[in-house]
Amino acid sequence: MDKALIPEGVKRCPLPAFALWVLVLLGVIGWGVYAGIMVLLKALNLTGLNDYFGFGLYITVDLAIIALGAGAFFSGFLYYGLSRFFPALKELHKIINLAVIVGFVCYTGALAVLLLEIGQPIRGWFGYWHANVHSMLTEVIFCITCYAIVLVIEYVPIVLENRKLSEIKPLRLFGHNLHELMAIFALTGTFLSFFHQGSLGGVAGVLFARPFAYRTGFFIWPWTFFLFIFSAIASGPGFTALICRAIEKVTGKNLVDRSVYELIAKIVGGLLLFYITLKIADTLYWALVLAPEAGLKLTDFYWGPYGIWLLVTEIIICGVIPAILLLTPQTRQSNIIMFSMFFLNCVGVCINRFVMTVQAIAAPVMPFDKWEIYVPTVYEWAPCIAMVAYCILIISLSYRYLPLFPRERELNPAP
Amino acid sequence: MAIDLDRCTGCMACSVACQAENNVSFRADESDKLRSITWLEVYHLQNGKEYPDYQFTYLPRPCMHCDSPHHSPCTFVCPVNATTRDEVSGIVNHIYPRCIGCRYCIVACPYHARDFNWWDPKWPKSMESMLSPEVSTRMRGVVEKCTFCHHRLLKARSKAYLDGIDPNEATYVPACAEACPTKAITFGNLLDPESEVAKLSKDPRAFRILAKLNTEPKVYYLSKHQWVHKLGDNSF
Repeated sequence: MDKALIPEGVKRCPLPAFALWVLVLLGVIGWGVYAGIMVLLKALNLTGLNDYFGFGLYITVDLAIIALGAGAFFSGFLYYGLSRFFPALKELHKIINLAVIVGFVCYTGALAVLLLEIGQPIRGWFGYWHANVHSMLTEVIFCITCYAIVLVIEYVPIVLENRKLSEIKPLRLFGHNLHELMAIFALTGTFLSFFHQGSLGGVAGVLFARPFAYRTGFFIWPWTFFLFIFSAIASGPGFTALICRAIEKVTGKNLVDRSVYELIAKIVGGLLLFYITLKIADTLYWALVLAPEAGLKLTDFYWGPYGIWLLVTEIIICGVIPAILLLTPQTRQSNIIMFSMFFLNCVGVCINRFVMTVQAIAAPVMPFDKWEIYVPTVYEWAPCIAMVAYCILIISLSYRYLPLFPRERELNPAP
Repeated sequence: MAIDLDRCTGCMACSVACQAENNVSFRADESDKLRSITWLEVYHLQNGKEYPDYQFTYLPRPCMHCDSPHHSPCTFVCPVNATTRDEVSGIVNHIYPRCIGCRYCIVACPYHARDFNWWDPKWPKSMESMLSPEVSTRMRGVVEKCTFCHHRLLKARSKAYLDGIDPNEATYVPACAEACPTKAITFGNLLDPESEVAKLSKDPRAFRILAKLNTEPKVYYLSKHQWVHKLGDNSF
């Protein structure tokens, strides 16, 4: 049965080895589910959160994973939306399926963790029923839901391409018709995800009584709204490329042409340069204008483990350097440098989400406040690690049973 | 509300009265102060100097019921409209059965005036009969905060209506102000220029915490010491 499900003309590892791999992942997922159930039953007192740190690891991981999952919507936007004007972008066709799956797992995983984050999960639907249109979180709730649905719709035709499923005529026709409509869904997803990434940035930026997070902006949107969008689209495609490379390394195969990585490196490098320029401008305005207006100076925002090293790492090491090296043709030729820069780029966006979530509230606001340190417990780590295991599981199953990479057969001819 | 720090002795009567009046739950072990529910926290401030110049003061901190234009920092972030500001009374309230416990309001409040229910609220058996029937207890997983004893306002408005007075003219005193033995806490209508609290807010000793953040807190503090003013707001 397993062999019958594997796409034609490609080779996969023996079933026992794959089953063992799946078992390990299920073990990790089980551990996380157990921790999550305990949190639901015994409440959030099991976490490291408190009245000082209302947000913690759950939110940080959600923001980071959603930013990294942005490869889905942005690659879709480039491929389905812009490739007719810029034919070079058609090259993304070779990785678009993986991008959709990465986005799908990132968003659905984030939704699962989000359920643990709220103190009254049974009332989660109040977000739709009693929606406060002024709240950025409302925008987040609606956009994440709609976009998760779009990602499911985008994932379904890929699943229906499975060898056995495509033998069933109605399913094949359904999948084919969905494929035809995919450009519409991809562009809808782009619109939704732009807003979604932005509203996540807005969550921090609108906190006008929190000088670390607060930013002025355009109309109702603080600058963090736009910075979150740009940082997500600058890192998401790189993350997809990293996942693709990881699959190549694990399976020992070439799955996409190097030209795809080259193209992604150029796109990511350009976007990162654009983003990091804006980020530096935003940081300077924040440090030189906004903070003094609140009676604070830049050094008031950094202390102990939440030191200035975070800012330097985020902007210089994980921003400026990757942007320059990815845009330089000579350094882009080296796989080690290119993928390391993709990795640093992803680390940078994770630091940014951590800083805007945890450090933003760790920094004292009242002059007689003192710094506090947030330490997540195993009940926070376990569901987050399980979510990563869930992402790996879905990607593993998809890779084994679905024709993800159109060039796989040509790049790996049978001996 | 106006709180005269030069009168405050730090006896904590305000905090205890608030706790009793509003059915604030507590645990056998309250050593984790970052998780204890305290609607009216009393801070101990020091001027940082050595004896004989050493000075200290106490600063009771209720919810500031921020009057910033359009929204308070906490009200506009709530995704489910569980926390709202009554534009007539100016009181920022919290609807517990609607709160989903996302804690965004806790994050938004720079005064740490909001507390989360990390556990199921419990009281010793003997205390259960002492709970006030006028204030609902809160369930696990929701946020709660000082309401300026809103139930007392409702009671005062009902009484005014029955007495044939305009309910909007009703006056009342919250539990903290009532309990203060030195009358350091004055409560009233800031919009009424003749009220004592409005006059105190114009006192040269008056200041507000973090006024520079444009939160427009409705709680004024009074102190003759500049170092206290400076500790209240970085802008001094």
